[in-house]
Amino acid sequence: MVRSFRSADRIYDTLIAVVLILLSLSTLLPLLHILAVSFSDKASVAGGMVTFYPIHFTLAAYRAVVSDHAFFRAFGISVERVLLGGGLQFALTILTAYALSRPKSEFRSRNVYMWVLVFTMIFSGGLIPFYLTIRDLHMLDTMAALVLPTAVPVFNVIVLMNFFKSLPKELDEAALMDGAGPWYRMIALYVPLSLPSIATVTLFSVVGHWNAFFDGMLLMNSPDKYPLQTYLNQIIVQASLPQSHLTPDQIEQMAKLSDRTVNSAKILVGLVPILVIYPFLQRYFVTGITLGSIKE
Amino acid sequence: MRNKAAVHYHVMLIPAIVILAVFSIYPMFGALIAFEDFKPGKGIWHSPFVGWDNFRYMFSLPDIKQIFYNTVSIAVLKIVFTQIFAIVFALLLNEVRNLFFKKTVQTIVYLPHFISWVLLGGIMINLLSLDGIVNEALKTLGIPPIFFLGSNRWFPGVLVGTHVWQEFGFSAIVYLAALTGINPSLYEAAAIDGAGRLQRLLYVSLPGIASTIILLLTLDLQNVLNAGFEQILNLYNPMVYESGDIIDTYVYRAGLREFQYELGTAVGLLKSAVSFMMIAVSYFLASRFANYRIF
Repeated sequence: MVRSFRSADRIYDTLIAVVLILLSLSTLLPLLHILAVSFSDKASVAGGMVTFYPIHFTLAAYRAVVSDHAFFRAFGISVERVLLGGGLQFALTILTAYALSRPKSEFRSRNVYMWVLVFTMIFSGGLIPFYLTIRDLHMLDTMAALVLPTAVPVFNVIVLMNFFKSLPKELDEAALMDGAGPWYRMIALYVPLSLPSIATVTLFSVVGHWNAFFDGMLLMNSPDKYPLQTYLNQIIVQASLPQSHLTPDQIEQMAKLSDRTVNSAKILVGLVPILVIYPFLQRYFVTGITLGSIKE
Repeated sequence: MRNKAAVHYHVMLIPAIVILAVFSIYPMFGALIAFEDFKPGKGIWHSPFVGWDNFRYMFSLPDIKQIFYNTVSIAVLKIVFTQIFAIVFALLLNEVRNLFFKKTVQTIVYLPHFISWVLLGGIMINLLSLDGIVNEALKTLGIPPIFFLGSNRWFPGVLVGTHVWQEFGFSAIVYLAALTGINPSLYEAAAIDGAGRLQRLLYVSLPGIASTIILLLTLDLQNVLNAGFEQILNLYNPMVYESGDIIDTYVYRAGLREFQYELGTAVGLLKSAVSFMMIAVSYFLASRFANYRIF
């Protein structure tokens, strides 16, 4: 009896493990394929021989990426927007979240500000009025257009504000007794106590800025101002998607000629920063998410 | 003393309010273009007012019904399938006792959530093109190649499938948190009553996260018009406009690229207004029945 329970258990565990391994493979294999393509020679890729390991291993694709000035210019612009935009979001998230975390008894207009923020989160004027606003401000083709409009990430503000609110009131009162003003309490008390939460929202800011491509496409007229994702969208996606005026045979020809190995290498280089911060992200994001969403 | 502090809080909020006023609130007034015969030379405030004409024109367009249909159907299918996969995945992962295996699986399946649609689009095009690895695999099985990204029959499925692929793991996080909250004595009681592990999964775990499922579906009401702008922009092409064009892509292409500012703004405003109502309804329901609060 006990024995049959155990073997039934083992089958159950094995079945579950198999399903989970299959799901993990479904995530990994596409990435592995791109990795394999990027290290294979063109002919093997065009011949459809490459699966999940390189055929005729070569670094040619990466050499091509390294000598591609447009790629590195775009990469540099992305780094710049991550530093500037991430820094701005970092500062404004803390400032805004701290002010809004104050109780109504201490800060009477708090709720008015809160509703303004929430309103901007749930209603938007739409794409075209936004584009016209940036254009009328003469911000097209500037770094400011990529970092200023998203400088106040309202969702992150709410996450951090909720965390600030959850800190014990006694600390605040003790600091007040010692004569600490609002700025000092924010910088010397609230920020150091909230580092994990601040790290979470900052990492999300960084990922958001690194991954953003549409604002570059919308607001940058000259391709030499494109951030990396916009540049990659142009050279990989726009160039390799099927075009309507071609017959399927011609498309197949085009696809064969297009440089899949170099494009794969570019995709992977674009992925590296995400992979580098991913372990840190993973450590923090569960806290961040549960903080922001479910409060029962 | 208290009021003196309040002055500082106002000062702290100045930068945020300025940014939001310029980049969020001012463009809301720009939505007036939807009711105007917009003349770029005259600007938003001085262009002639035409009432509902742009909306009438919008509904007279033959494509518009298809675009609304595509938007809602793609968005709803994405919500339903992502949640189903997330729930099943969370329930299965919750059964795993080997912590190393559990963490490894989580690390792998959460990753695509953080990859941009530009890179994922590049990867998918690589996989799904006529000479991509998926069609090579089909060839060895004797199945003729399928033009996934160029056929209206396949394209919506590709959108839903790749979205589920990207998000199912990450969406499971909330369910995993809910599963850890289930009282262990319920499992013990079920085991004493003779319930096997599958039965415990079905009759303890699943009911244990039922309220979370309902809550997340309610919150997903907010997304019924969000069919995935960035994803579609990175996968679609003129051959699949019929099945893949959604409100957001239409506003960008017809409104901005083809300089039909009034039409684009009208379509966008309609979407904003409906989304706003959906958010209000979903938040009302969630706060009323699940005590859900964002702040």
